[in-house]
Amino acid sequence: MLFTDLINSLITDTTQSIPRFGVELCLSATIVLMLLMRLSGLDRLIPACLTATVGALVATFLAYKQFDALHAKDAVVTTHIFTGLLVHDSFTVFFRGFLALFLLLTVALTSLTGIPDEEDSPDFYSLLFGATIGMMLMASANNLLMLFIGVEMTSVPSYAMVGFLKGRKVSSEAALKYVVYGAGAAGVMLYGISLVGGVLGTTDMSLLSQRLAEAAAGGSGGLKDPEVRTVALGTMLVMVGLAFKLSLVPFHFWCPDAFEGASAEVAGFLSVASKAGAFGLLVRFCLALSGAKGTESLMISFGLGLGFIACITTTFGNLAAYTQTNLKRLLAYSTIAHAGYMVMAVAALLVLKNSPQAATLTENINQSIEGLLYYLVVYLFMNLGAFAVIAIARNYTFSEEVDSFKGLISQSPTLCIVMLICMFSLVGMPPFGGFVGKLFIFASAFKAGEVHGFMYVVVAFGALNTVFSLVYYIRVLRTMFLEARPADARPVPVRLVSWESAFVVTLAVFVLLLGVLPHMMSQTANDAAQAIAQLPNP
Amino acid sequence: MNPEFLLSAIIFVPTIGALLLALLFDSKNSEAMRLFAMATTLVTFGLTLMLWGDFQEGTSGIQFEVAKQWIPTWNVYYRLGVDGISLPLVLLTGLVSALAMGASWSITKHVKGYLVLFLMLESGMMGVFLSLDFFLFYVFWEVMLLPMYFLIGVWGGPRKEYAAIKFFLYTLAGSVLMLVAMLMFYFNAPEPGGRFNLIYLADAASKGGLLSPSLQITAFVMLFIGFAIKLPAFPVHTWLPDAHVEAPTPISMILAGVLLKMGGYGIIRIAFPLCPYGAQYWAWTMVAIGVISIIYGAFAALAQTDFKRLVAYSSVSHMGYVLLGLAVWKVNEANGQSIGMDYWQMGLNGAMFQMIAHGISSAGMFFMVGVIYDRVHHRDLNRFGGLMGKMPLYSGLSAGLFFAGLGLPGLCGFIGEVFVVLSTWNFSWVLAIVAASGVILTAGYILWAMQRVYLGAEYRGPHPEDLTPMNMRETSIAVTLLALAIVFGIFPAILFNIMEPSITSMSKAAESGYQQSAAQVTQLQAQR
Repeated sequence: MLFTDLINSLITDTTQSIPRFGVELCLSATIVLMLLMRLSGLDRLIPACLTATVGALVATFLAYKQFDALHAKDAVVTTHIFTGLLVHDSFTVFFRGFLALFLLLTVALTSLTGIPDEEDSPDFYSLLFGATIGMMLMASANNLLMLFIGVEMTSVPSYAMVGFLKGRKVSSEAALKYVVYGAGAAGVMLYGISLVGGVLGTTDMSLLSQRLAEAAAGGSGGLKDPEVRTVALGTMLVMVGLAFKLSLVPFHFWCPDAFEGASAEVAGFLSVASKAGAFGLLVRFCLALSGAKGTESLMISFGLGLGFIACITTTFGNLAAYTQTNLKRLLAYSTIAHAGYMVMAVAALLVLKNSPQAATLTENINQSIEGLLYYLVVYLFMNLGAFAVIAIARNYTFSEEVDSFKGLISQSPTLCIVMLICMFSLVGMPPFGGFVGKLFIFASAFKAGEVHGFMYVVVAFGALNTVFSLVYYIRVLRTMFLEARPADARPVPVRLVSWESAFVVTLAVFVLLLGVLPHMMSQTANDAAQAIAQLPNP
Repeated sequence: MNPEFLLSAIIFVPTIGALLLALLFDSKNSEAMRLFAMATTLVTFGLTLMLWGDFQEGTSGIQFEVAKQWIPTWNVYYRLGVDGISLPLVLLTGLVSALAMGASWSITKHVKGYLVLFLMLESGMMGVFLSLDFFLFYVFWEVMLLPMYFLIGVWGGPRKEYAAIKFFLYTLAGSVLMLVAMLMFYFNAPEPGGRFNLIYLADAASKGGLLSPSLQITAFVMLFIGFAIKLPAFPVHTWLPDAHVEAPTPISMILAGVLLKMGGYGIIRIAFPLCPYGAQYWAWTMVAIGVISIIYGAFAALAQTDFKRLVAYSSVSHMGYVLLGLAVWKVNEANGQSIGMDYWQMGLNGAMFQMIAHGISSAGMFFMVGVIYDRVHHRDLNRFGGLMGKMPLYSGLSAGLFFAGLGLPGLCGFIGEVFVVLSTWNFSWVLAIVAASGVILTAGYILWAMQRVYLGAEYRGPHPEDLTPMNMRETSIAVTLLALAIVFGIFPAILFNIMEPSITSMSKAAESGYQQSAAQVTQLQAQR
């Protein structure tokens, strides 16, 4: 190939890729704009939160347009962009839209509660936007290198955001713990990537399963085959890195400390967005290695391993939350537990996809991804709602302890009812969205039980944990609703007609809508799932 | 009115009422809010009566079926309908809710919140009895928990928080098991369109095409535990005395009058038709649990000194008859034929009748305890006495309702118990004798309680000056309940005419489902 040809093909590739990368570019432009405005002093006139809101709004709109464009076509469209480093399909766009919307909501929340003061807000929003771009890259990665870059690009701003409350010892300590743990996990993951890439001779994720099949051909396909063994080891190490991001047991230690140290807004952002990105990546990575001839049983074992970790994670998260007195810490453990529920869907996906009957199970494979995506969407609203209530009440009481919420119903019924809706949704009670998400995930795990009986145990653990989790969520609600407000407690006068109430009520309405009318979101999630699950396999 | 629309109206009129109440009313104007809530429950009860008017007696199938797609990707439908099994319970719910609302004037704390939750609870209860889609059923089943938790937890007695969380945890544990069973049916339904359709699933099961026999045994256990907690049957009944004692009077009436019936309804609507082989497999266990509940509940009631706790344990005992009547299905395992099918149908009819009768008599008993508690603020059986002299009308009406609970011939409690005990004789005469002896114990604790409370020379407790006669509102509630107890005791056919065809067809479907599954088992054994 001539050099000019190479240049020309790169130019065409880039020009074709850039429109499909519009959302990320829009976010990047907003970052640059915010920093420039800071330099020129314009941010005194136009506050950074306004610029950030507009940027996030445009990004959400662009993501929606992209989704609409893909949705209009009947066939499943998958385009590789930037010479195959990223992939553009409904799944990518689903996550883009999801993350852009979440960014918008977080920006709205921070401007309501004023957590970054005006001086710091351009820095804060740059970090927030940078992390979001990283998460979008995670969800669209098609190359092991992009996988690593995405994870790092998410992590580094997150470390800074956790420590953003300068001068608070807890905050700095939390950030430091997060950095050290994160750096370790990143190193392990990079080693895993090098093993997988080294043995299979490619870092392109769409080629992995084909290469794996070639590597396994002739051998036993199990762990006795040295090449397969190395790939399995590499896969495991990559999963360690992702498990760190998902705060799965035993890689969860950073989570409660980081959440307690960070402000409630940041904790809310991290608990949903970074998990969403990591789940997008985990699904892509698992599917990339699935379906290779000869290694099916190995991959099923991986699925069961994930199922086992899911059981431990949910049980641990729920039990550890019992004794917490700090609400953010309590929700941190609840986040751990919910990551466990969601991993059940990935476990089911791996088991179903690699089963001998995979061809007849297409619908169920789609449904397992659909369940995960649906759960993520519900989780966005219910968890952000809970954190938003904490953040709003904190601005009045200067405390995030459970006790500071005693008898809040007498002063701010709106906040309390929103908290009630969010918490019952977190338990998984109908008619709230959490129930539908949970049912979808349990259903796919149950179906996977037909392939391997252990998945029935996973379902049993999931069901049992629903009962466990009720106790600590209801403890919070009991404090808010059934106890009397102490006379010396600071008043929380949040009225029904106020921006704060409007924000949390909107979130609660979505939680309810997702439970009562799940159809639209479930169909959208199913479309996204089809785009990714039906990639041709060798 | 279009009967299909009527069903949705019955479910959602209370919800709309609750919304209006929350949005339109000033929370200081409690009297107006109470009247509005009362009107809402009365309208709902009126709608259930209209449903009864439109209902065709003598047919067994589902009437007024409504089916609208709800979640197409998962084949979930908004499917409603009534048949002879659900109609009496829908009527009972409408009646007890209206009467309990009438008893709610004694609630003075946070009236608005109370009324909103009360109406939401009514919507949930109606939804459970009217839905024919498993998913929808489950949603309504859980929707009830939330208002109930707060109704006990905020407006209850001294140990309200403990009682509320215990009630919540027990029911949630049961419903999670039900959820797993729901998934079993979902993935084993022969046609994807009917995966949550209870009628279709029951039909498939009666042809032996739903679950394999061994799966049926597992699924039945999961469903049964979920429903037995609600029923409540020994040994998962322990939430009931706590919840009843702590709950305010109107909520006790709802709990005893309606919520407990959901356990029995779930067994007869879901567990038996969908897992006939499992039901037969566990018949002996269920009969034993039923008999233990009867005897244990009666003995426990004898030992109580708290008036409300006594009535609560009497509920355990009486609901034991329901379980016993449902379970007395005897088959000849050699050929799969039912032995004395008529007796099983009689047991089923008796159980259904007992549910309605208990709904009336126990709601009445709790109301009567509440009336006296509102006046003297204690419930210690040993510190009453002589009420007959001070409150003659109250004592007379109470006596009538307690006799209805006792099962005195001519009152509603008698019919159900007699039907159940007679049909048990066919199943096992030993257990029939044990169950019948429960009646003696029942008479024991009820007569003894009446003696301690109403008879005697003088009142021995605190606040004797507060023993004022019942007001009009209280009298009319008590009179309504007692009148119904007498009517159903004398003309049980009012209910049997509605129930019988549906129950007969349900039992026949279950029998054929059992035979199909039993044939599969024989085939499998032959292959081995």
